[in-house]
Amino acid sequence: MSAPTAVAPSSTQELQEAVCACPQLAVRGGGSKPGLGPEQPAPVTLDLRRLSGLLEYDPGEFTFTARAGTPLKTVAATLAEHGQYLPFDPPWVDQGATLGGTVAAGLSGSGRYRYGGVRDFLLGVRFVDGQGRLVQGGGRVVKNAAGFDLPKLLVGSLGRLGVLAEVTFKVFPQPEQYTTLRLPQPSLDAALATLATLARSSFDLEALEWVEEEGRPVLYLRQGGLAAPLAERQAALRAWLGGGEPLAAADEARFWQDARELAWVPAGSLCAKVPLRLEQVAALDALLSTCGAPRRYCAGAAWAWVAWPAAAAELHRALSQLQLGGLLLKGQAPSPLLGLRSAPTLAARIKRVLDPFNRFPPL
Amino acid sequence: MAQTDLLDELAQWIPPERLLRQPAQLVPYESDALTAFRSRPAAVLLAATQEEVVQAVRFCHRAAIPFVARGSGTSLSGGSLPVQDGLVIALNRLNRILHLDPAQRIAVVEPGVINLAVSRAAAPYGLYYAPDPSSQQICTIGGNVAFNSGGAHCLKYGMTANHVLGLKVVLPDGEVVELGGASLEGVGPDWTGFFVGSEGLFGIALEITLRLLPKPALYRTVLAAYDSLEAAGDAVASIVAAGLLPGAMEIMDALAIEAAEAAVQAGYPRDAAALLIVELEGEPRQVEAEFAQLLQVVDRSHPRTLSVAKDDADRARIWKGRKSAFSAVGRLSPDYLVQDGVVPRSKLGAALAAIEQMSRRHALRVANVFHAGDGNLHPLILYDGRVDGELERAETLAGEILQLCIELGGSITGEHGVGVEKRQYMAALFAETDLAVMAELRRALDPGELANRGKMFPDGEAPALRAQGPHPLERLGLLSRE
Ligand SMILES: Cc1cc2nc3c(=O)[nH]c(=O)nc-3n(C[C@H](O)[C@H](O)[C@H](O)COP(=O)(O)OP(=O)(O)OC[C@H]3O[C@@H](n4cnc5c(N)ncnc54)[C@H](O)[C@@H]3O)c2cc1C
Repeated sequence: MSAPTAVAPSSTQELQEAVCACPQLAVRGGGSKPGLGPEQPAPVTLDLRRLSGLLEYDPGEFTFTARAGTPLKTVAATLAEHGQYLPFDPPWVDQGATLGGTVAAGLSGSGRYRYGGVRDFLLGVRFVDGQGRLVQGGGRVVKNAAGFDLPKLLVGSLGRLGVLAEVTFKVFPQPEQYTTLRLPQPSLDAALATLATLARSSFDLEALEWVEEEGRPVLYLRQGGLAAPLAERQAALRAWLGGGEPLAAADEARFWQDARELAWVPAGSLCAKVPLRLEQVAALDALLSTCGAPRRYCAGAAWAWVAWPAAAAELHRALSQLQLGGLLLKGQAPSPLLGLRSAPTLAARIKRVLDPFNRFPPL
Repeated sequence: MAQTDLLDELAQWIPPERLLRQPAQLVPYESDALTAFRSRPAAVLLAATQEEVVQAVRFCHRAAIPFVARGSGTSLSGGSLPVQDGLVIALNRLNRILHLDPAQRIAVVEPGVINLAVSRAAAPYGLYYAPDPSSQQICTIGGNVAFNSGGAHCLKYGMTANHVLGLKVVLPDGEVVELGGASLEGVGPDWTGFFVGSEGLFGIALEITLRLLPKPALYRTVLAAYDSLEAAGDAVASIVAAGLLPGAMEIMDALAIEAAEAAVQAGYPRDAAALLIVELEGEPRQVEAEFAQLLQVVDRSHPRTLSVAKDDADRARIWKGRKSAFSAVGRLSPDYLVQDGVVPRSKLGAALAAIEQMSRRHALRVANVFHAGDGNLHPLILYDGRVDGELERAETLAGEILQLCIELGGSITGEHGVGVEKRQYMAALFAETDLAVMAELRRALDPGELANRGKMFPDGEAPALRAQGPHPLERLGLLSRE
């Protein structure tokens, strides 16, 4: 086999041509999630970084359209000029993650707690399927129910169903200011109980993160909104919780910045996302603590970020035993999908339509 | 008829009181809330269990009989219109809430559960189900899932798809699959999201895992009257520009106001040209601060009158007027068509002006009620089916409105779905390749195109277009326009 080559199309047409020209290829955006690539490097890597740039942004519409290779950092900066943001808070902004990679990986961050994840804010896509066809799904307006929801199909498709060329998102006005309470918990059970009561409370939290500190769970509760009432809102939350220390403003910003970059994951460690229900946290946590795996539970423990100290195959086995599924983001495995698979037969049928010649890695 | 013989096989295991085959029994199922279309199925199965639905779908697959799932039949786009001589699988009896977990904030429900019943069941835990179509007292979660239904609160909280986490589905060939789950997040393609909005073409949802939200602690509901629709539209633009994110922003025009007042006495100012409803919700201190800002912004938009809901009853009255608007406008006219196009918010004014011209040109009254925050228009075209040619004129006008929405960069439907009604406009909205890929995806799950045949795709078989008449459920007194 010849050495892997990289192709970097700079237009949608070049992208279509590249797909048609390569019998086997893998897609790369900013390179922040190497775990999503195939285990054996594909003969050709499609580098999407030149397919970059905002195409349309009208702040009054709460929407923008951009090329898929656009770095999140560029998007965030442009939105911030107009007081807007990506409410699903995608990870690895500083590490160069792109819009397309975020959609293909189906990743959201801590901030998804308040309004929803990447699936909830993606309005439209243009992508090139395995037959080189340029396909459009969804639209450019905030609401649209025409045709099958191809944007949702592409969320989490891992570059296995098509190559994203363009994406349209809904955005929101960014809270003027944030504050965060740090709330140590005596035990895992106590932390779970706190999450359960918070779930039913009417406090509008932006994020709710569970961090392991010196063997104990510590919850971080972020509130955001207009600056004036924020201190009082935090006081009310604190009174309701019966405790919690407010973070100083600079620490607060740094804490969530680090959360977004997964700065706590040791360099060179594997990193995986493991979706959870509350009642599954205890079993997973027991496993991770036995293995000495650093971890965080995000958005009220909707998922865990796991820094896995051993081989990916072991994580795959452990998750299968716990009846959990996971996604490998950093590291290498035969498939980035670990543990339990969702709807494998449906996946195979859809894959045959969009990638009948298996140009992209197996799903 | 061969189809009839085949259905005899169904009759072997479905008791006759739940397998309707007599013409008189079939009449109520001949159309949905788009009464202009009518078509008679060979039979209606009133399914009692999930297993019966699965068996019925497998039977249809074996016998190549087209089938249509049916919830409450309130589709406004002909989505639940039967296929001539096919089977209707009615799901209203599958109406159990199977599981409600307040800590996880989910409810697992069967497809025949009524939308509002979910919020009622969640209320004791301080939770609710956010999507609130105006038909929420009667429409089913299964129908909502099939159409990705919306409501007044979509801008902030999204449509049905944003609130469905997991599904158990029987695919059109009888395979039962589980998609997604109880977690807010998943890995791999978002199969759940892909199924929602598939308009019954991907099979039948048997169990649906819904996301619940904590009930906001405080609402602030503002009612502003304007001398023109344009002024109301400008107010919406300035609210957005101020960085506010209200839960709902709705506009009604004079005709809609008049109708709603006559129907439910919502206390709307009767002489206004346009009415704007804006609702803020959330933590009390935040809402009060936003409310102060909102009042300033609205005040600068020169409303003719401005009032604020004093209490829950007042708020309920304001919403009752808005939510009964379709049926109220229906009282002004023997028949009406509702359109559901979307335009970019900045094009709302242009769209409304153009619709007014069209209305004059076709000499048909059009009432406007719309989700202004989403740019989602709901022009109600009033016509009398007994007058020769009026239905055709109404259809032409409706088509022009859809064309307009496409030209302005929007969509032909925001929440009512394509159904039979708008399928010929799909080719104007999507390129040939897009539609070809969608058709291939459909055939991958349904090679015989049995599930809801004739819907969504432009080239489906055309059902008969009839001129007039109330909804069949209305005639039976089951659905009212009050
Ligand atoms: C007065 C009035 C007001 C309305 N207001 C709104 C509104 O504000 N917002 C809005 O979005 N809609 C609105 N609608 C439209 C309608 O209520 C919605 O589309 C609703 O979701 C339909 O639900 P249903 O139970 O009546 O479904 P049906 O009309 O019976 O079916 C709708 C579609 O769903 C399919 N289906 C039904 N159950 C299933 C299932 N279990 N699995 C797969 N497919 C299934 C059917 O085949 C059909 O294609 C309104 C309608 C009326 C009459």
